Amino acid sequence: MAVLTEEQSLLRDMARSWAQEQSPVKAFRQLRDKGAEGWDPERWQSIAEMGWTGIVIPEEHGGADFGFLGLGLVLEETARTLTASPLAASALAASSALVLGGSAEQQARWLPGIAGGDVIATLAVDDGPRHCPEDIHCVARQVDGGWLLNGEKAFVAEGGSAELLVIAARCESGPALFLVEADNPGLTRSPRRMADARNYAALALENLKVPDAALLGKAGDPELLDAVLDRARIGAAAEMLGLATQAFETTLEYLKTRVQFDTILARFQALQHRMAKQFTEIELLRSCVESALLAIDNNDPELPLLASLAKATACDTLHLVSREMVQLHGGIGMTDEHDAGFYIKRARSLENAWGNASFHRDRYASLSGY
Amino acid sequence: MNDLAAPLQEEANTAFRQEVREWLAANFPSELANQDNTLATIEGNAALSPPAEKWKTAMGEKGWGTPTWPAEYGGGGLNRKQTKILQEEMAAIGAWNPIGGMGVMMLGPTLLEFASEEQKHQHIPPICRGEIRWCQGYSEPGAGSDLAALQMRAEDKGDHYLVNGQKTWTSGGQWADWCFALVRTDTRHKHEGISFVLVDMKTPGIEVRPIQLISGTSSFCETFFTDVKVPKENLVGEENRGWHIGKRLLQHERTNLSGGNRGGRSGGSLHKIALKYLDLDSAGRLVDKDLRTRITRFEMRQRAFRLTAGRVMEAVKGGAPAAASSILKNVGAEMTQERAELSLEIMGMQGLGWEGEGFTPQELMGTRSWLWGKAVSIYGGSAEIQNNVIAKRILGMEGEPG
Ligand SMILES: Cc1cc2nc3c(=O)[nH]c(=O)nc-3n(C[C@H](O)[C@H](O)[C@H](O)COP(=O)(O)OP(=O)(O)OC[C@H]3O[C@@H](n4cnc5c(N)ncnc54)[C@H](O)[C@@H]3O)c2cc1C
Repeated sequence: MAVLTEEQSLLRDMARSWAQEQSPVKAFRQLRDKGAEGWDPERWQSIAEMGWTGIVIPEEHGGADFGFLGLGLVLEETARTLTASPLAASALAASSALVLGGSAEQQARWLPGIAGGDVIATLAVDDGPRHCPEDIHCVARQVDGGWLLNGEKAFVAEGGSAELLVIAARCESGPALFLVEADNPGLTRSPRRMADARNYAALALENLKVPDAALLGKAGDPELLDAVLDRARIGAAAEMLGLATQAFETTLEYLKTRVQFDTILARFQALQHRMAKQFTEIELLRSCVESALLAIDNNDPELPLLASLAKATACDTLHLVSREMVQLHGGIGMTDEHDAGFYIKRARSLENAWGNASFHRDRYASLSGY
Repeated sequence: MNDLAAPLQEEANTAFRQEVREWLAANFPSELANQDNTLATIEGNAALSPPAEKWKTAMGEKGWGTPTWPAEYGGGGLNRKQTKILQEEMAAIGAWNPIGGMGVMMLGPTLLEFASEEQKHQHIPPICRGEIRWCQGYSEPGAGSDLAALQMRAEDKGDHYLVNGQKTWTSGGQWADWCFALVRTDTRHKHEGISFVLVDMKTPGIEVRPIQLISGTSSFCETFFTDVKVPKENLVGEENRGWHIGKRLLQHERTNLSGGNRGGRSGGSLHKIALKYLDLDSAGRLVDKDLRTRITRFEMRQRAFRLTAGRVMEAVKGGAPAAASSILKNVGAEMTQERAELSLEIMGMQGLGWEGEGFTPQELMGTRSWLWGKAVSIYGGSAEIQNNVIAKRILGMEGEPG
């Protein structure tokens, strides 16, 4: 465990008790049963009141400027209980784009709303179902006084409820990020109902016109896109760490109580070793996630490498732990009444988010120069 | 078979092949070709279309849905070679076996071995015709892997047993006509106090509550028995000797499952899905090399699995299920699950749709069968229990209970 400052441990404890008391898995289940749009406005309100929506936003724009490690701790704790909220999309991914690439005006226009939780923002990069930022087909053409965007974005998290969408498109000189408001007439959003019951949308951009002031940073700057993506990747890895930790603990608890053959299952060595293996993997994952979060806060040049390390390790670990959760619960783990199904469904979505394990292994190799 | 008989045999087989071909041409509605839907058959209770109903009736009457079972009980009475010919001819035109379910996979072979003549004549022909749906009343809340811990009580009341207790995870319980169940007839002995009975699900006192699965469907149930009268003639074998029969049935279940789930083969080969969804480089290779390697590893292992299954089947010559059924069940389950995980990975987010717009029916079915498939390493004796069987019974590594 990274050495946390007193404030960071306080934040983590607060997030943990809030998630367990105010946002238990039962709350997610109710939301799912209602077939609601993916998150609960009241809980979002209390997330905003606690200031978590502004953790990485500078103080001058209404945030706390508390750092990514802090936000990572909150994402981990809330993901443990499957809290459905736009925190990762809005307060991390889209906020990073504005903080890193936004002009003073853009920041002043959007960041206070995001920090206060009134504005929900999201990041839309991929055109298709697999992460592929080098191959963006959505095009941006410079026209008089602005840009025309044409193309598609797939499976945009919180895409149905976001008021502000940070959209990646390809212009002549390379990738660029644009701020698009949800009511832009060139934008059509279609909901996608996924196994994890969260909010996703497909976006269609048809001659979508934005002013010059909607461009974030320079057009054709792959570094900005990369830096924003790395933050999103590390945020997803932090959520995955939370999911894996909770899935593991729930399973461990079960094995200590379920009796078969006149003994608790925890006494069977074959199962002890399976649990020991998962525990080991989760410990390795925790180190990767924390180092990656710290690397953002410290402007570490190794950040891209650590982001890929964290995300790939998170994918492999959560994949293993979520499968073991179902298997080791036996029949009960196959029922919808049990939580195991929620964890395995959410796990696969996050495995896909911002690059799966093989994407990040490949990237790690490229970044390492081979 | 001596040398002189061999050509005669050859001729008879050729004639049989011709007969099969003609019969299939006359009876298999070609619009049903390759429409076998494994998931729907295990998970759902979808009504058959009129041509499918007709096909089922024809196969049922012919007895070819249960080709190796004796003709006197309604089976096909075919030998191994003939069965193979039948399967080949069916595969060639995309015909599938419409007769299935637990009656065929598990109960029939068990009854053939242990039941009385009356019981065989009463219960096997309707299984061959696919008329009666059976469910399996084994598991209880406190008796899963440790099946012999079962508590459902059957008290001797002279001409019948009075049955009280609860079964759980009863697949298809809400649709079943009959149930084969393990019940406790003696509370003093664990294994030697269990009996194997056949229960008509319409008997008063049986209540079924469907349980929803993570895949969103409700294919299994909690089944409650309150003062249910089961006539003594429905006892299979001797009283308190049901454990042996029940275990034997599980062996049939395993053998069938390893073949039945087709070792991850259903839905076409994995690399075809990859070719459909993924980009290729200029040499025609998948761009995602890491995934390419894992797909290859899967397909090679699947080949090894099939070769092993073939070798085992050859060795047992269709006789008693071998100890190898544990190996086949585990590898078969692994193949099913690995295939689903890899195709999910191939499709990315497109492979995780739940309902509504934006997904093909196959994609949505893929999500559900990925989740449903997590059960194949749990039921019929979990993967861990199979490994215990391999370690203890095959390798002699005695140790912990279970
Ligand atoms: C989809 C589905 C359909 C089913 N259909 C039927 C049906 O029709 N009829 C019926 O009777 N039952 C059915 N079952 C029940 C199934 O047979 C049981 O779930 C299975 O026997 C496991 O029992 P359990 O669920 O109580 O798990 P448990 O026995 O509690 O096992 C939990 C975990 O511990 C492991 N474990 C247990 N003992 C040991 C040990 N000694 N060493 C190492 N690991 C161990 C198990 O492998 C498992 O991973 C079905 C189950 C499923 C999931």
